[in-house]
Amino acid sequence: MSSNKETVGKTLGFVFVVCLVCAALVSVSAIGLKPLQQANKLLDKQTKILEASGLIEKAGSDIVGTYAKFVEAKMIELETGKIIDGDTDSFDERADSRDASKSTKPENDIAGLSRRADRAVIYLVKDDQGQLDTIVLPIVGSGLWDLMYGFVGLAPDLNTVRSVVYSDLKETPGLGAEVLNPKWKALWPGKKMYNEQGEPAIQLVKGGAKQNDINGVDALSGATLTSNGVTSTLRFWLGTEGYGPFVANFKNGGLE
Amino acid sequence: MEHYLSIFIKTIFIENMALSFFLGMCTFLAVSKKVSTAIGLGVAVVVVLGLAVPANQIIYQAILAPGALDGMMGITDPANSIDLSFLSFITFIGVIAALVQILEMILDKYFPALYQALGIFLPLITVNCAIFGAVSFMVAKNLTLGESVVYGIGSGVGWMLAIVLMAGLREKMKYSDVPNGLKGLGITFITAGLMAFGFLSFGGISL
Amino acid sequence: MSSDNKKVLFGPVVDNNPIALQVLGVCSALAVTSSMANALVMTIAVMLVTAFSNLFISAIRNQIPSSVRIIVQMAIIASLVIVVDQVLKAFSYQLSKELSVYIGLIITNCIVMGRAEAFAMKEKPGVSFLDGIGNGLGYGAVLLVVAFFRELLGFGTLFGIEILQLTQNGGWYQGNGLLVLPFSSFFIIGLTIWAIRQWKPEQVEED
Repeated sequence: MSSNKETVGKTLGFVFVVCLVCAALVSVSAIGLKPLQQANKLLDKQTKILEASGLIEKAGSDIVGTYAKFVEAKMIELETGKIIDGDTDSFDERADSRDASKSTKPENDIAGLSRRADRAVIYLVKDDQGQLDTIVLPIVGSGLWDLMYGFVGLAPDLNTVRSVVYSDLKETPGLGAEVLNPKWKALWPGKKMYNEQGEPAIQLVKGGAKQNDINGVDALSGATLTSNGVTSTLRFWLGTEGYGPFVANFKNGGLE
Repeated sequence: MEHYLSIFIKTIFIENMALSFFLGMCTFLAVSKKVSTAIGLGVAVVVVLGLAVPANQIIYQAILAPGALDGMMGITDPANSIDLSFLSFITFIGVIAALVQILEMILDKYFPALYQALGIFLPLITVNCAIFGAVSFMVAKNLTLGESVVYGIGSGVGWMLAIVLMAGLREKMKYSDVPNGLKGLGITFITAGLMAFGFLSFGGISL
Repeated sequence: MSSDNKKVLFGPVVDNNPIALQVLGVCSALAVTSSMANALVMTIAVMLVTAFSNLFISAIRNQIPSSVRIIVQMAIIASLVIVVDQVLKAFSYQLSKELSVYIGLIITNCIVMGRAEAFAMKEKPGVSFLDGIGNGLGYGAVLLVVAFFRELLGFGTLFGIEILQLTQNGGWYQGNGLLVLPFSSFFIIGLTIWAIRQWKPEQVEED
């Protein structure tokens, strides 16, 4: 080490230059790639929503176009079940549910949320004739390891299941993460969420659901706690503290 | 209170830094030959995590998070919102390195006995990915300041628990007849695997 | 290519493997090996970061004041990792979601720091670059071996292509539930180390 490179001025100057170069490199890449990243994020979400609405096959590679054509996002207030104004694009359920002024503590917290956001964004999916075909509702609830985020697609009677699609989870691969298995997802269409009394009755049945059980779906083998989590999540969100008021409003007079 | 206690227990057992996320493995495997050194390093990790996670939480929420600077800069239109979150990695590592350095100087000056015990481990900690990992998880989980203190200390205690247990096993293992090729690193890996297997059984405890 | 360069490039793959012999960079090796695709992306990311950080640090090695050596290295490495992270988010969102915090953790991956300090500070840029690629290859070799076994025997696929049809998909192969879990990589790495040391007995550790 020669002594001339150890002066304070030179050290500071050197650090300054390194910082400048690094800063330039990082900022250019971050700003330049931002539009692509945002497009990716949106695409990921739209893909899941289309999957939940059963349009994914039809969409093929044109996710954005299909989404724009058939899907309409609406913000609702969960307590009253009414559609309200709001920016559906920037709504972030995870941020809201951590903000005490924008969320409430559920009285009967079976889904293990600890706080539930006051608002939600739902997706109305139309068919080719412009008729309402599927309503996609976002859901979230505890699995074995952590919260599982997903969507449930319902027919316009808000009872018949079209699909259950999980988008973000940390369950055990091969066991709980089998909620992503297409074979298991194929068990859902046609099942009913509510029983004859109008209570949420959907459940995952350990050892396999009976053939004529319209509220029962086979549980995941080897993943009892994830299966229980799915049951509780669906029951919570379809119950009075979830989309219950919205479902009641909808049945009493459609969307308005 | 209950909420904080549940985070604490969760980070120690269910989301154990070393055995569930495999963070801090380099030091975990290299410095687990003796129980006494393992305890020393463990304590140092707890202290640094307890400071670094909340410190980074404050910095992230006040400066780096999307929209955090909008109020100060007078930006109201969400389209122009400032998002500096791409700077988070470099900020975190800088804060961690600075904290470790400051801690080292304070210990050296005011608590020489403690410095003697912990001093040699402190430089190791800057590159311990358990610290950086916990900070990244703090951002991903969007913790509040209070939660981040508990989270930091909890994950430190969890990591310490793991390395002390490991060191205990390795001290005993000296007397075992291990095949030549497996000696040292090989058997350590397999032991760590079995420990992680054991920790898996904490999953699903409802808190 | 001269034999010296060859040694720099391929030495770290078996003779001086960063994971199996130097115990560096183990953290991410365990967590991202559930599929070949993840392991490959992680390998490429680590290889690029190590190679370029070696190149840049070596290029300015005579100018770096020794008092701020570590922090300068850290800044360069962190910037490179941010770039890799941003590129991955922009071009392969799905993978970046799966690798989550582990990409950021390349910053604290001891391989990168270790090579910068041990090699790039002394050698010329060209050969340092090769050393970075070589260590990336050595790291990647272990990762890909682990991922190969885990994906093939755990999920019955390789790179997502079905090789052994699983019983739950109507095939004959019952997936190995243990290998799907992250900690199984401890066992596979342990056994790999054993295999390497049987082949190259000079690596055996004496106790």
